[in-house]
Amino acid sequence: MRLDIILRVTTKLLLPLMLLFAAYVQFHGDFGPGGGFQAGVIAGATFILYGLIYGLGAVMRVLPMALVETLIPLGVLIYAGVGVFAMLAGGNFLDYTRLAHEPAHGQELGVFLVEVGVFVTVSSTMLAIFYALAGRGRR
Amino acid sequence: MQQLPVLQVVIPLLGALLCALVRRPLAAWLVATVVSWTVPVIAVVLLHEALVDGVVSYHLGGWDPSLGIEYRVDVVNGLILVIVSVIAAVIAPFARQSVAAELAPERVAWFYTMYLLSLAGMLGITITGDAFNAFVFLEISSLSSYALIALGRDRRALVAAYQYLILGTIGATFYVIGVGLLYVMTGTLNLGLMAERVVAVETTRPVIAALAFITVGISLKLALFPLHVWLPNAYAYAPSTATVFLAATSTKVAIYLLTRFLFFVFGARFVFGEMPVTPIFVAFSIAAIFVAATVAVFQSDAKRLFAYSSVAQIGYITLGLALATTTGLTGGFVHIIAHALTKAALFMALGAIMFRAGTVAIDDLGGIGRTMPLTVAALTVAGLSLIGIPGTIGFVSKWYLVVASFEAGWWWLAFLIVASSLITLVYVGRVVEAAWFREPTAVALAAREAPAAMLIPIWLLAGATIYLGLDAGRAAGIAGKVAATLLGGPQ
Amino acid sequence: MSGLVGDLVAHFNQWITVFLMVSGLFIVIARGNMIKKLVGLSLFQTSVYLLYIAPGKILGGTAPIISPRFSVYSNPLPHVLILTAIVVGVATLALGLALVVRINEAYGTIEEDEIFEQDSGR
Repeated sequence: MRLDIILRVTTKLLLPLMLLFAAYVQFHGDFGPGGGFQAGVIAGATFILYGLIYGLGAVMRVLPMALVETLIPLGVLIYAGVGVFAMLAGGNFLDYTRLAHEPAHGQELGVFLVEVGVFVTVSSTMLAIFYALAGRGRR
Repeated sequence: MQQLPVLQVVIPLLGALLCALVRRPLAAWLVATVVSWTVPVIAVVLLHEALVDGVVSYHLGGWDPSLGIEYRVDVVNGLILVIVSVIAAVIAPFARQSVAAELAPERVAWFYTMYLLSLAGMLGITITGDAFNAFVFLEISSLSSYALIALGRDRRALVAAYQYLILGTIGATFYVIGVGLLYVMTGTLNLGLMAERVVAVETTRPVIAALAFITVGISLKLALFPLHVWLPNAYAYAPSTATVFLAATSTKVAIYLLTRFLFFVFGARFVFGEMPVTPIFVAFSIAAIFVAATVAVFQSDAKRLFAYSSVAQIGYITLGLALATTTGLTGGFVHIIAHALTKAALFMALGAIMFRAGTVAIDDLGGIGRTMPLTVAALTVAGLSLIGIPGTIGFVSKWYLVVASFEAGWWWLAFLIVASSLITLVYVGRVVEAAWFREPTAVALAAREAPAAMLIPIWLLAGATIYLGLDAGRAAGIAGKVAATLLGGPQ
Repeated sequence: MSGLVGDLVAHFNQWITVFLMVSGLFIVIARGNMIKKLVGLSLFQTSVYLLYIAPGKILGGTAPIISPRFSVYSNPLPHVLILTAIVVGVATLALGLALVVRINEAYGTIEEDEIFEQDSGR
């Protein structure tokens, strides 16, 4: 029996709950504290916890460095893409009212999409920082 | 078209993201070049519209300025937009070989990502009309600058970037504290509305504290003596392209932000009439000019020498601001143009020398004028503009500053401005003498002339200092319009 | 005496803000260890969050989504500003720590005076 069995079992039980909580925080940002950044940090922390307990190699098999490095600009591109789409639809940059047939729906859709973009970038940035700092000193 | 103000910032931002996705060095440089050549076109169109219509206003997200963020271009920031974007455009051809030589291949794409992010941040600071949006862009450009500097070859670049990070973050946080106090007192973050509402509350303590915090915070960013400690190391150890870009643009944008707050939000009457800002700024400017120039004389590394020279030149610009008259402000803004062109040319020439000779230590560069004549000639021309020889744009700005000193009745200040040019002559003379008149060292003999891709931008900039010096009315005309706008109050 | 205590309690938030601000700045200036400086910087930035949020509280305000059942809404702007400032603070801290890791590898130490000695001995 390994010495860190308690840690490993507890982490295994916690990880899906953490991701679920991240999703909850992401989608309830309208009505309470939450939104893209907070949810992104919780999701990043989930993978970092997995990496801490099970090892850097294990988490790098789940999310390779190349994928993480691609996700970082992708999230910002989603955000900027929403803005550019609003410009192409006739409004100003990030004018959400142009995104759907009704202004209120457009606002909801716009905020939802930019928060998804923020989530993707923040979670992958947190993970990339962990990869970069944890991957050093392995001589 | 009407989307230009936001495209000015969005295009470099998208370019940075493209560079991060495309990881190959040449492709990243191509993206950076395309972006750098598009941005000045937009800036010139915006400046032209601002000169014709007065103000160009753009509402982000379609929100009214009292609710949302407004991008506002008038003659003041139109000029700065043009300066920053033209410098970026001229750097692009120079950068390809310089960056490839000084950085490992896998880092080149990240360099261009940070470079474009810094450019987007600086254009954003200049174009925004919202105080907190300015903080966001200030931090975007600063954080990417720290990364740019840390990419230098020497391990001292890391320490320089760290020191710049600590001091720059303190400066930005002071700025945010000031903006917070102003927000509490005026209820808005839009600069125009703030300017209207601050008049009623300007004698209250939070507003005076806000003025102090904002001034000190931005002074850390523009390296006003004695808050300049980060600058010499940061410029000396950064990669050559990063030094050219940062030296020519980052302090100018910080000066613009300070000018916007002092003259537009708070108003010249309050800041320079009722608050003792003029004596403080004049004292620090003179200290900057003399102390930094004297330290520059004793430097052995050419990049470090010209970095200290930058601190001294910033003193001239803040002197023009502190004099707060039309002539003084005209001199200050002509000096912004002059310093951007001159320092970009100087550091670019040094970058070309670093590319061919591998060093910029003055003792090693003896006689390099024989093997790299065109490069060193451009360096000499830019050095003459730095000193303020008649016929260069450096002379035009110093002329206006001297006239402004006489108008204020401070003949001693005019004398000091002229005397400081002598110290500038000494340290520029050191470099020029070593390059032309000494026996060639082994390092100098091994060097060849710089490639054409580097020579053309260097001579474009050096030539511009002569052209604008002879055609003085061009620079002075637009700087005069800037001064009139600033002293005329908000529109 | 109750005037002084009354002042202290009424301006509690401002006192805490000032204390955090000054102690953060002191750590940055007085400590030579690079990580301690970054900690001080973070402390200094935290005081700014309090500076914005404390006056931004609207008593009895609900989430700022218009609904016929509520009449008092919270002002979302200070919270949005501070969220941005927190993200900037996190990014600065991450960049600073990455620099410290690289400096440690290059110099073997993270004490500023030892680094200065190594550099001036060149």
